Amino acid sequence: MQLIECPYCGPREEVEFHYGGQAGVAYPADPAALTDEEWGRFVFVRANPKGRFEERWSHAAGCRRWFTAVRDTATYRFSR
Amino acid sequence: MAENLPEHPDFLWRTPEPRRSYDVVVVGGGGHGLATAHYLAKNHGITNVAVLEKGWLAGGNMARNTTLIRSNYLWDESAAIYEHALKLWEGLEEDLGYPILFSQRGVLNLAHTEQDVRDSVRRVEANRLNGIDAEWLSPDEVAKICPIVNVSGDIRYPVHGATYQPRAGIAKHDYVAWGFARRADEAGIDLIQDCEVVGFETDGDLVTRVRTTRGDIACGTVALCAAGHTSVLLDMLGVPAPLQSHPLQALVSELLEPVHPTIVMSNAVHVYVSQAHKGELVMGAGVDSYNGYGQRGAFHIIERQMAAAVELFPMFARAHLLRTWGGIVDVTPDASPIVGHTPYANVYLNSGWGTGGFKATPGIGWCLADTVAHGRPHPYVAPFALDRFTTGALVDEHGAAAVAH
Repeated sequence: MQLIECPYCGPREEVEFHYGGQAGVAYPADPAALTDEEWGRFVFVRANPKGRFEERWSHAAGCRRWFTAVRDTATYRFSR
Repeated sequence: MAENLPEHPDFLWRTPEPRRSYDVVVVGGGGHGLATAHYLAKNHGITNVAVLEKGWLAGGNMARNTTLIRSNYLWDESAAIYEHALKLWEGLEEDLGYPILFSQRGVLNLAHTEQDVRDSVRRVEANRLNGIDAEWLSPDEVAKICPIVNVSGDIRYPVHGATYQPRAGIAKHDYVAWGFARRADEAGIDLIQDCEVVGFETDGDLVTRVRTTRGDIACGTVALCAAGHTSVLLDMLGVPAPLQSHPLQALVSELLEPVHPTIVMSNAVHVYVSQAHKGELVMGAGVDSYNGYGQRGAFHIIERQMAAAVELFPMFARAHLLRTWGGIVDVTPDASPIVGHTPYANVYLNSGWGTGGFKATPGIGWCLADTVAHGRPHPYVAPFALDRFTTGALVDEHGAAAVAH
């Protein structure tokens, strides 16, 4: 288990957090204009890099707020 | 010292230098890649083939999985491919001419809630319609098959019954890989270790060369069998796919007398257990929540697994944890694999087996070889095409696969 820095509460144990996957995935501005392929990508496809990854975390057992963190998916080390 | 050591046993395969060109390049020397190579040679006479492995043969998930083999999946599409695999398992030792210690000791999938019971009975009926052996067992019948399961009513999630597939089993994963590797090597296929793919050269919708840490290799067809690292390869090709790589952990206890005659899985309390031939209890559960390529996970996941195991099997409370490890699994939104065409006409994808790829090994090797040989998806893998995430024709196997594949 590692410590994760909640921007609101400070460092807390990993078990207090819920993972939210890739950050910065915006809802399409005009969903009706999307092709089936574009819609499928929005719904199902997320980045899966080996290395630096901007991702969403929720301090589920603490302040319950969402935040964006940067973590390396190969080392699991948080950089921000 | 050296003069006291026994002679090195014969190597099961050569260690060739990569040639500059192959008809087929298989990326990934794990179970799926090696099985694909074997069936390319055996079923289709295609032997100008290289299997490229960035580490050592079968050193990724093939070395780390918990070796469960079963075919009791819900949907027709899944039943077809997994049952095809199970039938191949039943004759694999003979086909490979190599011992794989395939032991059909049966699998119990426990139900702990009313909804579990409904889902399980539905799955049993679906399995039977597909010609797959399946039974619904009451708690008393569960206790007859596996006496060490706690079927009393006073535990947190009492066992309401279980599905049972008697033909399910376990096999020795290393032997399976070595058996396939030996056969492929005998057929003249080059198994090239320590050879990482670092890029692709393309011409229109064709991949012409595979760039590797051991030089460029021209290719007729490419088959991607890289499991957890598939996204890394697809990113090089600019092909988006709904894959997420997660750590998946497993563990073994110290060696025990034979105490556990079958395989027990429980989705609801998140654990599955079998006993290896040597005597270790082999256990696993779900993936770590975050994306990860680290081949390790967090200890609280193990702790949760052990709590569930001790609740279900009170006698395990005295066993010691010997070793834990992790692999990297590529999971998909519908818990079914992604196999078949890519936007590149000569590149075939085999990915997304998530936590359950081992059991499929001979089946997918067979079907992927057939796909490569004929340039179209084998009927058993056709439903698992990448374009199902556009058409919406998902094959949702979360019920049969979610926690423990």
